[in-house]
Amino acid sequence: MGTSVYATLGRLASPPVFYRIAEASRIWLIGLFLLLFIPGIYGALIGAPPDYQQGEGYRIIFVHVPAAWMSLFIYVNMAGMAAVSLIWRGKTAAICARASAPAGAAFTALTLATGSIWGKPMWGTWWVWDARLTSELILLFIYLGYMALVASIPDRRTAAAAGAILLLVGLINIPVIHFSVDWWNTLHQPATIAKFGAPSIDKAMLMPLLLMAGSFMVFYLAVMATMAQALLLEQEASSQWAKQAAS
Amino acid sequence: MTPRQQRMVLVLFILAGAALTVGLTVAAFRQNLLFFYTPSQIVADEADTAGRTFRLGGLVAEDSLQKSADSIEVRFAVTDTAQAVTVSYSGVLPDLFREGQGVVVRGSWQDGIMIADEVLAKHDENYMPPEAQAAIEAAKTLEQ
Repeated sequence: MGTSVYATLGRLASPPVFYRIAEASRIWLIGLFLLLFIPGIYGALIGAPPDYQQGEGYRIIFVHVPAAWMSLFIYVNMAGMAAVSLIWRGKTAAICARASAPAGAAFTALTLATGSIWGKPMWGTWWVWDARLTSELILLFIYLGYMALVASIPDRRTAAAAGAILLLVGLINIPVIHFSVDWWNTLHQPATIAKFGAPSIDKAMLMPLLLMAGSFMVFYLAVMATMAQALLLEQEASSQWAKQAAS
Repeated sequence: MTPRQQRMVLVLFILAGAALTVGLTVAAFRQNLLFFYTPSQIVADEADTAGRTFRLGGLVAEDSLQKSADSIEVRFAVTDTAQAVTVSYSGVLPDLFREGQGVVVRGSWQDGIMIADEVLAKHDENYMPPEAQAAIEAAKTLEQ
């Protein structure tokens, strides 16, 4: 049983098979994205009622919160793939980690930007150096540092190994971001949904929020798969399957 | 050990090392990383606030907001329900500022009153439509 699961995973991770699966799934991913995003954004902007305190201004959370979740999720995913690429020397895992970084950095930047825009009217300031905001900013620097590090090493294997170690060391920032609002006094409020007990958000607001989060997730998968395909082709340019796929 | 197991151990060591480093750092800087102090901490003088600029966080006490007749100065008390500190502020208050709402105030002491140069509203984690809020208020009134 154990060996057959490994064998299946190994086959999926072979570059030509991964390439074909990514190619075939793209149209489905784009379709699923639209299926989630359109009702999500409608619910976010029109369907959901205004907030009792913040009025209409709270609607920015429908982008801010899913983007923040994705900034953490993508990082954990990348660190997992980094471990696989280090331990099992997986080529495709290394490429998927690398292909995830731009999406992760973009979602982190989006989180910081939307938070800042919301913070000015609601808190009264664009930015404060509290633990939540600062640790999220560090996450952006880790993403950018990872991208710069991997791009600066010409040898593929060395680049993958160096990047994987950076990702694993940086993984410790993720629980710090998540728990910062509980460990310290911060200006940022504590968690609404990812906490013990029922979410303290009205159902009419929770639904569009979850749809938006789902659409962001599918968007990430589509972008990551497409970018991984490009990196695979580049890396395997001399192999037979890559020549066929590119022709 | 096979080379693969060695690499697995290496990965575990990296994770454990990073966790230990950050854990010790967080433990060492626990106080310094506080964005604000509570009124109880201020009153107990845990924060060493004399002659320094510091941040105070808590709820704006009910019925404590006083507006000056001839200037934009406002006075209010910030409370954590155990202790309260009186704050004076001249400036624009954020949208969410109101009695019973969380605030974080930066300022320093002057004659036993905290003179604020910045007032930030602290938002809570609850999101609900106005009707739900009205229903909660109505239920509270019934109980009393």
